[in-house]
Amino acid sequence: MSEGIGAPVKRKEDKRFITGAGRYTDDIKLENQAYAAFVRSPHAHANVKSIDKSAAEGMDGVLAVLDGKQLTGDGIGNIICGWAITSKDGSPMNMGAWSALATDKVRYVGDAVVAVIAETKAQAKEAAEAVVVEYEELPAAAHIDAALAGGAPQIHDNAPGNVIYDWEIGEKDPTEAAIAGAAHVTEMDITNNRLSPNAMEPRSAITKYDAAEDHYTLYTTSQNPHVARLVLSAFYAVAPEHKLRVIAPDVGGGFGSKIYIYPEEIVCLWAAMKTKRSIKWTADRTEAFLTDAHGRDHVTTAKMGFDASGNIVGFHVSTKANFGAYMSLFSSAVPTYLYATLLSGTYNIPNIYCEVLACYTNTVPIDAYRGAGRPEASYVVERMMETAAREMGKDPAELRRQNFINEFPHQTPVIMNYDSGDFEGNMNQAMEAADWAGFEARKAESAAHGKLRGIGMACYIEACGIAPSAAVGSLGAGVGLWESAEVRVNPVGTIEILTGSHSHGQGHETTFAQVVADRFGVPLDSVQIVHGDTDKVQFGMGTYGSRSGPVGMSAIVKALDKVEAKVKKIGAHLLEVTEADITIEDGQVKAQGTNKALGWHEIGLAAYTAHNLPPDMEPGLKEGAFYDPLNFTFPMGCFICEVEVDPETGKTEILKFVASDDFGVIINPMIVEGQVHGGIAQGVGQALLEEVVYDESGQQLSASYMDYTMPRADDVPSYDVLHHNTKCTTNPLGIKGCGEAGAIGSPPAVINAITNAIGNNDLSMPATPSKVWAALGAAKIAAE
Amino acid sequence: MTSISMTVNGKAVTADVEDRTLLVDYIRESLRLTGTHVGCDTSQCGACVVHVDGKAVKSCTMLAAAAAGSEVTTIEGVANGDLHPMQKAFNDNHGLQCGFCTPGMIMSGIDMVNRYKAEGKTLDEAAIRAELEGNICRCTGYHNIVKSISQAAGEM
Repeated sequence: MSEGIGAPVKRKEDKRFITGAGRYTDDIKLENQAYAAFVRSPHAHANVKSIDKSAAEGMDGVLAVLDGKQLTGDGIGNIICGWAITSKDGSPMNMGAWSALATDKVRYVGDAVVAVIAETKAQAKEAAEAVVVEYEELPAAAHIDAALAGGAPQIHDNAPGNVIYDWEIGEKDPTEAAIAGAAHVTEMDITNNRLSPNAMEPRSAITKYDAAEDHYTLYTTSQNPHVARLVLSAFYAVAPEHKLRVIAPDVGGGFGSKIYIYPEEIVCLWAAMKTKRSIKWTADRTEAFLTDAHGRDHVTTAKMGFDASGNIVGFHVSTKANFGAYMSLFSSAVPTYLYATLLSGTYNIPNIYCEVLACYTNTVPIDAYRGAGRPEASYVVERMMETAAREMGKDPAELRRQNFINEFPHQTPVIMNYDSGDFEGNMNQAMEAADWAGFEARKAESAAHGKLRGIGMACYIEACGIAPSAAVGSLGAGVGLWESAEVRVNPVGTIEILTGSHSHGQGHETTFAQVVADRFGVPLDSVQIVHGDTDKVQFGMGTYGSRSGPVGMSAIVKALDKVEAKVKKIGAHLLEVTEADITIEDGQVKAQGTNKALGWHEIGLAAYTAHNLPPDMEPGLKEGAFYDPLNFTFPMGCFICEVEVDPETGKTEILKFVASDDFGVIINPMIVEGQVHGGIAQGVGQALLEEVVYDESGQQLSASYMDYTMPRADDVPSYDVLHHNTKCTTNPLGIKGCGEAGAIGSPPAVINAITNAIGNNDLSMPATPSKVWAALGAAKIAAE
Repeated sequence: MTSISMTVNGKAVTADVEDRTLLVDYIRESLRLTGTHVGCDTSQCGACVVHVDGKAVKSCTMLAAAAAGSEVTTIEGVANGDLHPMQKAFNDNHGLQCGFCTPGMIMSGIDMVNRYKAEGKTLDEAAIRAELEGNICRCTGYHNIVKSISQAAGEM
């Protein structure tokens, strides 16, 4: 059982990655392969007056120079957002048209206008530079306030005032009344900074068209190849679904940015058909900054009311959300159902109201990035709690403890029904590990050498395993959010698991195999995980939102249930006992109370030879299942960060970071801890370093690693990762999911620590040395 | 075009390359050694680190022609037998997730351990973190990469 559930098994997939034998999209070279390069808009907002392709068309190696009018002329559809949100007044969201190649207007720097196909990458890039596009520049709105101001440039004709929707959730009047009658009200303006996901592998696509079969193949850096195939065929009409194979081979990180179907994949598929050549495109890093969907970018005003004893009585949140120039695939769900539904946090809050104004700007589209709405919610709730405690003179841990939800199930006022948890247990574990009680002594030590020490806490909760398909359908989702799995037991007894989940760093080849090893006692090496190919796996919804554990593995469990039932029937028949007497352990099918047993391979062989099966039983041993979740799952935890700030420079050093998470049942603690480490690093990056910066004209000033501050090894601490788990009650394995938690809980913990150190709650992310230094100065002036 | 010869992973290779061909493109596209990766355009991320005459080099920052006559080692060539101790340490310590930055991390890790040993210096956690300045990972938060290099330093 050492390889089963709960064992820190080393990863099966590592061998190919550590020897350079991984197979990422750009590593693949097809026969007859040509290359694409894109001509992109240098302007944030402009009319396209003319396109002169003649010089490019005459250059060496150029096969085709393709524009948006040709694309739409061939019937290729516009890129869509797949989640319909309805405004307060009942009107539908205002989705502007997004052609994979712009036809008459460009709306952000990086908007693709022309695709050049050539024999070599260098020839394609050189010819792209020779395409002459004449633009008529228009005023641009690069930031939320500029886009929503009176007289702002109109970005899409069908979105007056650049408003996509004006949405609300919760009860407005009771919430406002509760706050009006509160003994104390904390009010804050809170900005959630714009980020770029930055998977280390840039996006890439290779397309192939087989004219004889009228069949298309797309190799792509996707987190969800089946969804890509569905959308490419059903909405973009690039190829019929049964004539399109999508393969997502090894994918070098995603963090949300590889969920979406981008213009480049559409254009390369279409161009393969037009040129009858295989076509490769791989983004360079600046292209990634200019085209990969960004994350976050919220501006929020929040009010939280407390009664005289410190109980929360009402929470009112107004948020403006930036969507960029077009609505990306799941963009509309992020600041609504993935954000506002988590505003109850870990607390009993009787009244919650949230309104969200979504707007276009002349910037890269914004969509889900690690956490997707939940980091924004957690940041608002946890900064409010910390600040409220400071304003009321209460211990921030005690204020949280007093307001914790501690009975389950718990229905919040904003849709979510929490099934399980022990919030105080996680907080106690984190406080002990962080030596919360000893902080004052450490603060004095820091003060003795001229440094300011601070400690901050965040008790996040999030929602994973999204979600019952009927529920998300009723909220506007265009897809169901189940997962599928197929278990194939081969005649020799080895097992293949086909899954609709997709691994791009999560270690599914190990953890999914552990579930099988645990169930049947077969060696881990006899189990193979198959994913990422629409020709092999029938369907799947892919990997995002920490859903592969709670949803993907649940589908595997359902299929294993069916396999087990058939194996027991075959075993009982061959061993001449009743099914009730059959047990499966150590890779053997045993007749209880006897010494009779069959090896797993013997069962497999019996199933496929079919010489001696129970009457009426079909041969073979292969079962499939679809699992539709019963509820979201609710990972939660308590993060504590301790920092030292140098008052001379404003530089923050993280001295200690403790995470106590409740992930439910854990399959592989080594892998789960790795997920938390990576999530915390991204959250620390958001809190201290990272920001996508646009100037007022819509030029992105941070579009390279010399400008965008990625966390490096010496920017982040070692992490103390602990668990205090309660089993999820709504899925078979009791899993809650762990992929995003680190990125959700860490930004407020870091900022709460710094603001504690400097004595000023008014500090925005990223808390760069200059901002911290300025906030420290403001605090000093206020104190004088 | 220039005719160049060099030794790559112990094997002599000769090719005609364009003057502008980067070493990384020669390794990936001509030699089809695709373990060396490209993660940025500005010599920041370190996914392309190889060894040229025993020293870590970002192969996106060197022309193929400039490596003529050199001995080049890529991730495919570091193991003498099964796995190099640095490769094994990354597996032992869960030092990788998506694997894209990993070849560069391993090549930088080997170089750093060799340099510190040659100079008789101690490669502690702070030194490893400082030495990793030129290698970016987005998945692991570096925690287990530091552990991996630390383990390998004791075994190399």
